[in-house]
Amino acid sequence: MRRFECRLVIVGGGPAGMSAAVAAYEAGERDILILEREHTLGGILTQCIHNGFGLHRFGEELTGPEYAYRYEKSVKELGIKYYTDCTVTGISSDRTVSAVSAEEGMFKIQAGAVIVATGCRERPRGALNIPGTRPSGVYTAGTAQKFVNIKGYMPGKEIVILGSGDIGLIMARRMTLEGATVRAVLEIMPYSSGLARNIEQCLNDYGIPLYLSHTVSEIHGKERIEGVSVVRVDENRRPVPGGEMYIPCDTLLLSCGLIPENELASGGLAMCDVTTGGCIVDQDRESSAEGIFFCGNVLHVHDLVDYVSEEAAIAGRAAAAFARGDKRGDVNISVHFDKNIRYCVPQKITSLKDTDIYFRVKDVHRGATVCVNVGGRVVSEQKKIRLAPGEMETVHITERMLAENTGDITVSVIPSGV
Amino acid sequence: MKKRKLICIVCPRGCEIDVTMSDHGEITGIEGNSCKRGETYARAECTHPVRILTTTVRCEDGRLLPVRSSCGIPKERLFDCMEELRSVTAAAGAMIGDTVVRNILGTGADIVVSGNAGA
Ligand code: SF4
Repeated sequence: MRRFECRLVIVGGGPAGMSAAVAAYEAGERDILILEREHTLGGILTQCIHNGFGLHRFGEELTGPEYAYRYEKSVKELGIKYYTDCTVTGISSDRTVSAVSAEEGMFKIQAGAVIVATGCRERPRGALNIPGTRPSGVYTAGTAQKFVNIKGYMPGKEIVILGSGDIGLIMARRMTLEGATVRAVLEIMPYSSGLARNIEQCLNDYGIPLYLSHTVSEIHGKERIEGVSVVRVDENRRPVPGGEMYIPCDTLLLSCGLIPENELASGGLAMCDVTTGGCIVDQDRESSAEGIFFCGNVLHVHDLVDYVSEEAAIAGRAAAAFARGDKRGDVNISVHFDKNIRYCVPQKITSLKDTDIYFRVKDVHRGATVCVNVGGRVVSEQKKIRLAPGEMETVHITERMLAENTGDITVSVIPSGV
Repeated sequence: MKKRKLICIVCPRGCEIDVTMSDHGEITGIEGNSCKRGETYARAECTHPVRILTTTVRCEDGRLLPVRSSCGIPKERLFDCMEELRSVTAAAGAMIGDTVVRNILGTGADIVVSGNAGA
């Protein structure tokens, strides 16, 4: 088995991995190796052929493959090395990366620093507990997306979509354009988790009905799915009488949320955050395992790929500094939050520098104030027109706020009128 | 006077835009947009809505290539364009940025390759 050394190993060649690689290169690191499981770089973007990416990052609207191509081009032009068809099977706390590729079988790399950028996956049917039979024709929206956009075949003709996540909405339009009939999109919550623009341009444009507070209560069909029973639910997501429907279909797509693909860390490598499903990290996205960084959707699921690239660049620069042996911060500040917030990333601060803290609220708020408190003193207050669970928010922490106050950071959302 | 509520699709923010129109269909007021692009969108949406079309086309070498329209296509022509593209094959070796169809069905939009991957 081959063993070799590399200063910076990046696991995953999607938008996070490529952005981290480019940022590390720009920070002076030259010995970089990206390991990508698929046959090409680009990650999930290669199947997201719709437009809507990059407005924030590039100032223009790109399709997924176009966005990926910009980074891929940089990676190639800078001469950053990458292996495709290569799966990482483990990372140990001394930063030994074990991998396997079709070309050379198993090999091990002793890395100076490691960045994990493995992205996320969709919540599968098994995790949703839908009663009924187990026929074929039930797919996650992302699997259907791969069938249609990469393989070129349609999973079915009469579609019901459970969950109104963005991939589900995008697939509703895509399948309609390809000649299928999308009978309904069902959302168990009283609001959609997808972007308003996608409800508009993917459902309303094509007259596809969205049923809020509705879910599938039973799947019918022996070999192939034949239809679904649908119920209306109350605010506790319990079925209420009067809202039952039967919708015939030959395909059910699931678009019920994304979860970080964090298996490389969850085996005990680094401490995890039960809410995000990713690791606990500091402002540099370094985990509790020294020199092992996490960024992008493996850390927490982002709304936009633009933000993934941004976060990955932070990790890339920091990992380059670590590999170089730069002096490290020596503070230990925890980031706490109040009951209106679901999570914050980063969860701790180890170095006094300007940092953005990302957070997500639990419910929709109008006119709430976002308040940041360091060591018991309010350092910033910001009134927000609207806060929603589907939209990641940020608060900016300056070096000065941290230098002038000692103690932990607390982020809170104070509803209007309190 | 007529009022129309729109959701701007130009960026992920998705602003709600209120458009007021005179009885002759003239736009007299646009409110709720957070930027200029929202206004342009609202005007187009109330006069002649267009959408970017993204889909795939087969390539002579067997690959399935992602493609996009270079600009918005009138909404009511989208299905015609899809139909047209079913019979189109891209030249072997087509790469990102290459034009597959010029001025598709006279809409003024070109169909351009948007990625190199594909099975
Ligand atoms: S009005 Fe401007 S900010 Fe609002 S959604 Fe449209 S483009 Fe985005």
